[in-house]
Amino acid sequence: MTASIETLVNKEYQYGFVTEVDTDTIPPGLTEETVRLISKKKEEPEWLLEWRLKAFRRWQTMTEPRWPNVTYEPIDYQAHTYYSAPKSVKPLQSLDEVDPELLKTYEKLGISLTEQKRLAGVAVDAIFDSVSVGTTMKSELAKAGVIFCSFGEAVREHPELVQKFLGSVVPYSDNFFAALNSAVFSDGSFVYVPKGVTCPLELSTYFRINAANAGQFERTLIVADEGASVSYLEGCTAPKRDEHQLHAAVVEIVALDRATVKYSTVQNWYAGDSEGKGGIYNFVTKRGKAFTDAKISWTQVETGSAITWKYPSVILQGDNSVGEFYSVAVVNGKQQADTGTKMIHIGRNTRSTIISKGISAGQGQNSYRGQVKVLPKAAGARNYTQCDSMLIGNQCGAHTFPYIEVANNSATLEHEASTSKIGEDQIFYCKARGLNAEHAISLIVAGFCKEVFKELPMEFALEAQQLLGISLEGSVG
Amino acid sequence: MLKITNLHASVGEKEILKGISLTVNAGEVHAIMGPNGSGKSTLAQVIAGHPGYEVTSGSIEYDGQDLLELEAEERAQAGVFLAFQYPIEIPGVTNAYFLRAAYNEIRKAHNQPELDPIEFLDVMEEKLTVVEMDASMMQRSVNAGFSGGEKKRNEILQMAVLEPKLAVLDETDSGLDIDALRIVAEGVNKLKRPDNATIVVTHYQRLLNYIVPDHVHVLAGGRIIKSGGKELALELEAKGYDWLLEPVTA
Repeated sequence: MTASIETLVNKEYQYGFVTEVDTDTIPPGLTEETVRLISKKKEEPEWLLEWRLKAFRRWQTMTEPRWPNVTYEPIDYQAHTYYSAPKSVKPLQSLDEVDPELLKTYEKLGISLTEQKRLAGVAVDAIFDSVSVGTTMKSELAKAGVIFCSFGEAVREHPELVQKFLGSVVPYSDNFFAALNSAVFSDGSFVYVPKGVTCPLELSTYFRINAANAGQFERTLIVADEGASVSYLEGCTAPKRDEHQLHAAVVEIVALDRATVKYSTVQNWYAGDSEGKGGIYNFVTKRGKAFTDAKISWTQVETGSAITWKYPSVILQGDNSVGEFYSVAVVNGKQQADTGTKMIHIGRNTRSTIISKGISAGQGQNSYRGQVKVLPKAAGARNYTQCDSMLIGNQCGAHTFPYIEVANNSATLEHEASTSKIGEDQIFYCKARGLNAEHAISLIVAGFCKEVFKELPMEFALEAQQLLGISLEGSVG
Repeated sequence: MLKITNLHASVGEKEILKGISLTVNAGEVHAIMGPNGSGKSTLAQVIAGHPGYEVTSGSIEYDGQDLLELEAEERAQAGVFLAFQYPIEIPGVTNAYFLRAAYNEIRKAHNQPELDPIEFLDVMEEKLTVVEMDASMMQRSVNAGFSGGEKKRNEILQMAVLEPKLAVLDETDSGLDIDALRIVAEGVNKLKRPDNATIVVTHYQRLLNYIVPDHVHVLAGGRIIKSGGKELALELEAKGYDWLLEPVTA
């Protein structure tokens, strides 16, 4: 059994290649000058530079959080590079002008940016290191009034929207990594769905770190106006490198009255080798604010990164607003994950659901950390939390840190937790029916993750299936 | 079809099977009876290829092949089926999906095309009637939350779908009420064909009222101490096992 589990979970990382492109990379180090340089390279307006500088000054007064259940060598923030862009990327008239080398990179990743081969029904924004390579399907989206572009473009074309909502959910002072991101963020995606519009396509951003020693600090802002609805997917990969690379992203979601936003992530950053050498440090702040009758749903499949520190959260601001968090986090080798969510109930009759599935293999350490907070005015608030851990082998660990604060007596909270181990018995039962051990493990893991996978959009369900080496069909629904 | 010769098997240091020899031909039903701890279930598990048991000597020949050389899944693909005494739960995986996965693995092993979920529905519908099971059972997770009787019926359903050449039923009657016992036994009887064989492992004679064996073997202390026809089961029912055990222990 052990051997087969190992072959399954130790599959070669297939996105570990490096793209050879000429880059415009600034020297390592982080000072106020670095911030000014990034802003200048991006030809940003004064207000945004000011905002970055405020964030930077705040960041200098902050210390890295020590409470996560992860251990790593201290990060030398001066040793990292904060801006790297392929030289060939200039404002483009069409995707046909994109550097073929970059297109090839995305083809290899299974993301086609060229017109003829694109995934039907999905618009893609491809972010390579610090910049957006291109966004597909723009004209189709424009017909519906939907804005989907790189963050840099949004700053140029729609400054009033960016200025209004940037930092409105995750202020630059929010935490150490959010402050760092606010100071040096390079690119990311921007989405605006106008009042009453249901976005006709799935929106997708594909993040790729390529340059060595360069961090990726992207910033995503999604605004769904009143009654609007949108589904957004995010995918991430990086080359294999021996050094740790830093990824500190911020995602902000604003769901105005009656809006619905569904945000799905398949995170597959390079996890480092089996000795823990290399791999991405993934320190991400994701949060949404749901106004009256609005709904925000986070679904994540976290399989990569050496360290994951991530708590996609929902502020349930308006009455009757709904927050959901569905998560599968897999750790293997020496990976460490400390991930979960925060559901902050402010409005009346607000509802939240948390389904977390942690899978630990190898020497991986997986922690669920979740906060459910019900404020005094949140009469009738309800939360359901289910937190399950599965252990594969006997050198890994699963940990759970739930925080529950309730300041309103009419709230109803439920918390269920379980820990299980893939048993020899389960595997033998499958084998006795003709399934080999790998198939058996896939099946058992798929069953374990079922409640989360069924929340993923179809395109991502397939990717998640490949990622976990599992067969999903039929076990869902 | 199956030829077991002087089979010895252990768990850790403890030898449980101490020289079993048994031949089963196509079309036959063999009953293996015996007191608790005699090694009946171990024999069933060893035939199916459970990794927890080590075969220290002896051989099992199945269909001209050395069965002990095959992985458990290869044995299943070659037509060996074990109905578990304690069927295992697999939460989140529907019975329909699990069964189709198993069915297709066996088809693949025989170079037959796999069936898609729609095609498989037809196979299912027919087989569900064998064990008088409702189609809604197919959408429930494998054995999860099933009653004891439902689990056993589900094993027979799997057997009906997979159409093994050699079926080993390990204490399939334990924990069944009389109605469930009848359904399970009738299911097994319906699946009987001249080209397949069944080994029924049981503690009690009552199952053998429904599934009539051609041969009955009494297993005690890891050895077959007596073999006979179906009348031996009745004799055991009347006299218990003690009269057979005494000469051995003496």
